[in-house]
Order: sequence, then C-alpha cells, then structure tokens
Amino acid sequence: MTGTILGAPDIGRALTRIAHEILERNEGHEDIVLLGIPTRGVPLAQRLAANLAEVEPGFDATQRIGALDITMYRDDLRSQPTRTIGATTLPSVGIDGKVVVLVDDVFHTGRTIRAALDAIKDEGRPRAVQLAVLVDRGHRELPIRADFVGKNIPTSRTERVDVHLAETDGEDAVILTGGHA
Amino acid sequence: MSAPIVITNVSLYGDTPSDLVLVDGQIASLDAADAPADARTIDGSGLVALPGLVDLHTHLREPGREDAETIETGSRSAARGGFTAVHAMANTTPTADTAGVVELVASRGREVGLVDVYPVGAVTVGLNGTQLSEMGAMANSRAQVRVFSDDGKCVHDPLLMRRALEYVKTFDGVVAQHAQEPRLTEGSQMHEGLVSAELGLAGWPAVAEESIIARDVLLAEHVGSRVHICHLSTAGSVEIVRWAKSRGIQVTAEAMPHHLLLTDESARGYDPRFKVNPPLRTQEDVDALRAGLEDGTIDIVATDHAPHPDEDKDCEWGAAAFGMIGLETALGIVQKTMVDTGRLTWRDVARILSETPASIGRDEAHGRPLAVGEPANVTLVDPADAWTVEPAATDSRSNNSPFGGIELPGRAVATFLRGTPTYVDDRFTALTEGASA
Amino acid sequence: MKHLLGTDGLSREDAVLILDTAGQMAATQEREIRKLPTLRGRTVVNLFFEDSTRTRISFEAAAKRLSADVINFSAKGSSLSKGESLKDTALTLQAMGADAVVVRHWASGAAQRLAESGWLHGSVSVLNAGDGTHQHPTQALLDAFTMRRHLMGAAVGDDVTGKGLDGLTVALVGDILHSRVAGSNIALLRTLGANVVVVAPPTLLPYGLEERGEVAVHYTLDDALEAHDLDAIMMLRVQRERMTGGGSGFFPSPEEYTRLFGLDRARMDRLTDHAIILHPGPMNRGLEISAEAADSPRSVIVEQVSNGVAVRMAALYLLLSGEEASA
Repeated sequence: MTGTILGAPDIGRALTRIAHEILERNEGHEDIVLLGIPTRGVPLAQRLAANLAEVEPGFDATQRIGALDITMYRDDLRSQPTRTIGATTLPSVGIDGKVVVLVDDVFHTGRTIRAALDAIKDEGRPRAVQLAVLVDRGHRELPIRADFVGKNIPTSRTERVDVHLAETDGEDAVILTGGHA
Repeated sequence: MSAPIVITNVSLYGDTPSDLVLVDGQIASLDAADAPADARTIDGSGLVALPGLVDLHTHLREPGREDAETIETGSRSAARGGFTAVHAMANTTPTADTAGVVELVASRGREVGLVDVYPVGAVTVGLNGTQLSEMGAMANSRAQVRVFSDDGKCVHDPLLMRRALEYVKTFDGVVAQHAQEPRLTEGSQMHEGLVSAELGLAGWPAVAEESIIARDVLLAEHVGSRVHICHLSTAGSVEIVRWAKSRGIQVTAEAMPHHLLLTDESARGYDPRFKVNPPLRTQEDVDALRAGLEDGTIDIVATDHAPHPDEDKDCEWGAAAFGMIGLETALGIVQKTMVDTGRLTWRDVARILSETPASIGRDEAHGRPLAVGEPANVTLVDPADAWTVEPAATDSRSNNSPFGGIELPGRAVATFLRGTPTYVDDRFTALTEGASA
Repeated sequence: MKHLLGTDGLSREDAVLILDTAGQMAATQEREIRKLPTLRGRTVVNLFFEDSTRTRISFEAAAKRLSADVINFSAKGSSLSKGESLKDTALTLQAMGADAVVVRHWASGAAQRLAESGWLHGSVSVLNAGDGTHQHPTQALLDAFTMRRHLMGAAVGDDVTGKGLDGLTVALVGDILHSRVAGSNIALLRTLGANVVVVAPPTLLPYGLEERGEVAVHYTLDDALEAHDLDAIMMLRVQRERMTGGGSGFFPSPEEYTRLFGLDRARMDRLTDHAIILHPGPMNRGLEISAEAADSPRSVIVEQVSNGVAVRMAALYLLLSGEEASA
C-alpha cells in the first residue's frame, strides 16, 4: 500500500482528536506546554495549541508553545551528513513543573524521542513528559511509546513515510513510498 | 682510456648531421669511415650532439653534508643531466676557503671521475663577509680555482666587494656574487608581492637583489674587473645587467631553470619544495628572464642544484631549507622554455650551457667546439624523448625537486667525458656492456 | 567542512552557517546546564607551538562544553630552535586518536601543511588557531558574530540568522602587515558584504593592499574618521617588538603611534551613535586604545571573549559531526 495515506481532512481530524485526548488525560489545560521537534513537529504543535485553545479558551497558545531542537543530542551524528542546528525556544511560562507534550510528525525508531528526553533534561525539570505524534510507523529500537497517536501505519523497514504540511511543504498529506525490498 | 666510440648520423648543435668518432679522449674524426675496427657504434639518428654541459653553480654538499649529497652522487646526477663539468660551491662544512679544502674537493671529483669538479673558493673566510679568504692560495693550488663566491650569502660590505673584485685580477679570477641585500631580506621566506601578502610569508623584495647588482656592476666598472651575477631572478636585474653591458662593463649573469619556469604562485600550498633563494618570482620576471636569455643579456643557465634531505623539506615552510635539486632537469627545462618556444636554437644552448659557463670559469677543456682534435666531452640530447619528472628517481641523494609530475620535452641520453661514457640511457647499454667486464 | 584553515577560502554560505550555528550554541550557554553531549567520545587536541593562553582556553572550553575529550599539547619551538617537528607531532597525535587538531603555530601555513601534507592519515580535522602572520579564522568569525549581533539585528527583532554583514563599514586599525587577525578579518568581512577600512602607517601595510583597491586605506585614524561613518572599529594589538629600535622599527615611538592611531575619548566621540569598538585582546591600554574607550558602553571587547567560545563550539561541531568526518 503506497501513495497518500492521509489527506488534509484526515490530518485535521487526527489533530482535533489528539487535542481532546491531551485535555482528557491531563484533566484540563493547567500546566500543559507543547514542545514541537523541528522541522514538522513545530507547526504540528502550533496546530495542536490552536485546537486546545478552541476547546479551552483559557489556554494561551502564545505562552505555552516552544520548539526543541534535538540535533546536538542525536546518537547518529557521525553516520549522517552534518545537520544544521535549529533553534530551541522554550514556552514563556517555562517547563519546570509543567507537563511537556513533545510533538513530532513520524514516530519510528524512538531515537529522536530519546534525544529529546535528554535535551529536555538539560533545559529544566518538567513534572511529566508526554508524546504526541501524527504517525506511528512502528519498528521501535528503544523502549519508548507514544501517549497520543494520530494514525498507526504498519510499514516495512524499506518503506518511507513523508509528512507534508501546508506550513512547510504547501500541502497537508502523509505519503508512503518505496517498499520494494 | 675507454674503447673508441662512433656516433653515427648525429646532428651537431642541432644542425648538420655528422658522425662523431671518439678515440683516446678526443674527437678523432667526423666520419664513421675513419673509425678504428674495435669501435663501438651507436646510432645518433634524431639526436643532437652538444659539447658537454658545464654547470657554473652546483652544491655538492661534500664535505659536511654527505646526508644531502656527496661528490659521487652529485657527479652521477650531473652526468645523467648531460654535464661534463660542475663548479662546486664553497658553502660546505668546512667552508671551501683554503687550498686544503678545494684540493680535497677537486681530488675527490677526480677519483669519482664522472664529471670534472671545479671547486669554487669562498670570497671571505667562513663566508662571514668580513675577511678575504686566501684566494691566491686557492688559485695556485692544484685545484686552480678561478671562480670565487660566498654563494648562499651576499658579499655585502661594499669595500670588501671592491677589494675582492680587484684582488682576483691577479689570477684572472671572477667573483660570482649572490646578490641579496641582507637587511632588506631579514627573515624573508618568498618573493615579496601579492602572493606573499596573502600567505603571510615575509617578503624578499626584488630591490634587495637589484640594488646589489647595480652596486656591483658600478664597482666592476670602477676597478676594471669582471663580475658574475649568480641566479639573477628579477626583471629589474635583467634591466640593470643590460644597461651595464651596454656600457661595456665586464659583467656576466646566470639564470636558473626554476626561475625560467615557475612563479611565486607555486608557494600557495606552502609546500617547501618551492622554497628557494632567490625566490620564485612573478610571471613578469619569468618573461623578462627568458627575454634576457634570448638577447644575450643573461649569458648562461646554471642549476643552483641544492640538495636537502627530506627532513629539511617535509616540514612547515618557515622551518624548511631554501633550495632545489636541478642537475637532471636543467636541459629539459631549457628546451621547454627556450628551444621549443623558438627563442633559442640548439647552437645557442651549446653557448649558454657549455661554452660560456666554461669560459667564465676558465675551464679550458670544456665548452670546446665539436671538431676534430678537441676533447671528446660530448652530450647527446634526445629532444623528442618526453618524460615526466620523478624526484625520487634521480641519481641525486636528495629528492627536493619542485618539478615532480611536470613533463619535460627532452633530455640527455648519453654523456661522454674525454671519450668515456659517464651516463648512457638504457637504449645504449651496448656501450657499457663488456666495458666493465 | 573538513578543516577550518582560513577565512580566505570560506564561502559566504559556510561562513553564515558557522555564525548561525554559533548563535544556537550561544543560546545553550545561557542555560543553567551548559554542557551538551554532542561530541561525546571525540578527542580534540590543542596543539600550541606558541603560547596563547586566551585562545587555548577558549577552544578548551568550547570542546568541553560539547563533551569532547581535550588534550593540551604544547610543543615549544621556533624557526631558530626547531624543537620537535610538526610532522613528528602530527604522527604522535594521529597515534593518540585525535579527531580534531586545533593548531597554533609560529609558521604561516603550518595549519594548511598539517591538513594537506599527508602526515595525518584519515579523518583528522584541522582547525587553524593562528598561523604566523597569516590567518586566525575563529577570531574573525567571532568578530563577525559580535558585529552581526549588535549591528544587524536591531532593525528586525533580534533574529540575525542567515544574515551577513552587508552594508556595514568596519575599520581595522594598526599592524595590518603582521596581524593574522587582520588577515582573516579583511577576507571574511568582504565575503560577508561589509566595506573594509584599513588604518595603518604605510610601514605596517601588506604589499599591494592599496593597489588592489579592495579596501579603503588611510594613514591616520583622523583621516579615516573624517572619510567614513564607521559601524565598527577594531583596534589591533601593537606588538612591542615591532615598535622601535635598531633601525628596524615600523614607527618612531609608541607616543607617535598613539597620537596618530590611538583610540581616545576625542576620536571615540566622533563615531556614530551605534558604532561599536572591538579589540582581539590582549589590549595595550594607553597605546592603541585608551581606558576610556576600552571601558565605554560602546566596547564589546568582553563579549568578544564569550562569543569566541560559541563560535569555536560551532566550528568544532561542524567539523566533527557528519559522515564525512567519520569516513
């Protein structure tokens, strides 16, 4: 099964559902901050924040959102081309004592999230860290799981999952390619 | 004495084809029909015969730096380069500033027997620039020194230079000046210009050479002596020598193969193989040197063959020694830069690489015509045998050639010193086989 | 990037990448926990053939903040007393498993020679921390970083990411001839789009600088202040040994130098309001710069030091991460 797996309406519905799940799990929006992992985790976090604010008008998106660049915490720096380091911006309310919801587009081996957990540790001490992803494609290499998943997509290792977002790519779509082992 | 040799159908001076019959150290005939029955014959077709080449400026390093070169290895390299005579510079350890040292060098040269080694005597004791060495003793020794030079250092003191110029008249000697104003070149590493500014290397300005040459030609005129300018390297120097000659001043000048081919751009990689003194200059200087050689302003080409062991070159530029080897590449570079460009004929090459250097150095047995009854000092050149320079493959003990990887159009393929082959190319092994058996 | 040998061969793209990366590094240095795990397990050797405590500790701090192991290796030597050769030192470092060598050397070209000679096999990166009178690229980069932060950010929030130094006019004052800081700065400033003004006595200008016409040249500081609205002025250190004596001096006396080239209160007051004052340090107070100028609010001299760590972190990161480096 290759091609476009999710279209714009699917992505919109998934994010709306995740927003509700976050509120439900945490019994409200108190203490919640969202940290997007660049590149596409950042616009996803912004959309989630907007959804949260829609449901809970008391949620001030501008103060509760940030970006967490994990480049310097990766464990594969030597086996990939040099990566450009992105900006880390913490929410203006900070992360100490808060519930940090990490937001990323594709959840795969878990190594990105491992790096993100290390990065958070150097930035402060949240009360809890949770994980929201648009797509979970499996093949975990570390004992990490997501708290909120937009869509589980079973894949083979040779396949490729690309998330396109209007903010970065001009359209909303999740595309599966490859798979010829 | 070697067996008689006949070289058939060889082009004398690049002109008329002729034969050369070498018997008992002399040119016995120009007709193969006159050859003795036991003569070995080689085919000279396509080759140019020149009188054996003479290098007025060689560093053989012995005594003192036998790790860089010895009289034996240097002689072998010279013979392979087509030379039958070399003038060995005085900056050895001990300095060649006494009759004893110059006789040692000359006799070691004779023992080796591959080229005639003419020692150059130091102008000042220990090259220290303060006290004249006993030049008369060296001139009258068995080495019969006629060329005196503090090469490596400039005879900077004007009064001392005047005295030296006057004094060598006693025995028809000549002072060969290393023209380098010392104060203007303190700490210098390369030619002072745009490249040195970019590379952050202390500059060796052209004026430091030109000001000394200007002074010395005026001194030579004043005292009526002859003066020889070593390794002339700048366009301004060519101008000054041209002017001096036009006034009738007895000045001769030499250019080095590397200054005819390479420029200061070569320093960009900080590879010390390109570090030499005087330094590689600009393209404008290269062009002026070629023009000066063409019009006779520059009299000769000499090598400034300056061997250095690897450790003095495989290092950072600032710590590296100045100098490059050049005996085996000189002829090919002269062909590339002067003959193949139409500026000089092979007859001119005979003049600048044999006749005139022999005459400046008063080497009576060298630079003679290729004619019956003359000494059989002969170099055969194959002007069509293009080759790529491999520094490690030379006969010099050192590898510090800047020409590695450069293709040269031709080379010496056989060298005869008084009729004896001192170097022969693989194609002529018949000449040496059996000779040693 | 494999090596950082000079700014003359640095593209604008790479220069801006280093500055942008330095910006992110600087942000991490404002946190409580400043250490990053990025270069864990990598070994950085500080190889210093010349004393320079400032530069060495800056590189050391940068490497340690990125969790690299640091080995300090000082090999004294000069053109006169050779000491251990660069080649033998290189072989030693190779054997110790260095991933990067930060080299300070008295010989111009030493860093390039180390990188290109083949003495270091494989993947060792070379960072030039000052070679003779040639280049000192990280100093120029930290100067550019400091200028960009102060002079390019004000108009549009504070985000200077991706920007050069376009349109700025920057003066370098002092010993241009022997200064590797000047050498690196002139090349980098031009690459980043700044106008360069050079102020020095003619004895301290490199051959051909004026003729090339790439920079404006003035023989006194007053002339330069008259002719240009400077955005930044960089006072170079006057080396004592360059001054006078034995007919080799480049100018007659320290007093005359100060009169013609020193940055004092009166000259500082002629600068535009936003102009900043830089100095690579260590300063000769009272010679090239007065205490009033050095300690004025325009002075960013102390900030240059902290920016130096961020820039060196960026350089180490860019050289040591990436598959090329591990090949």
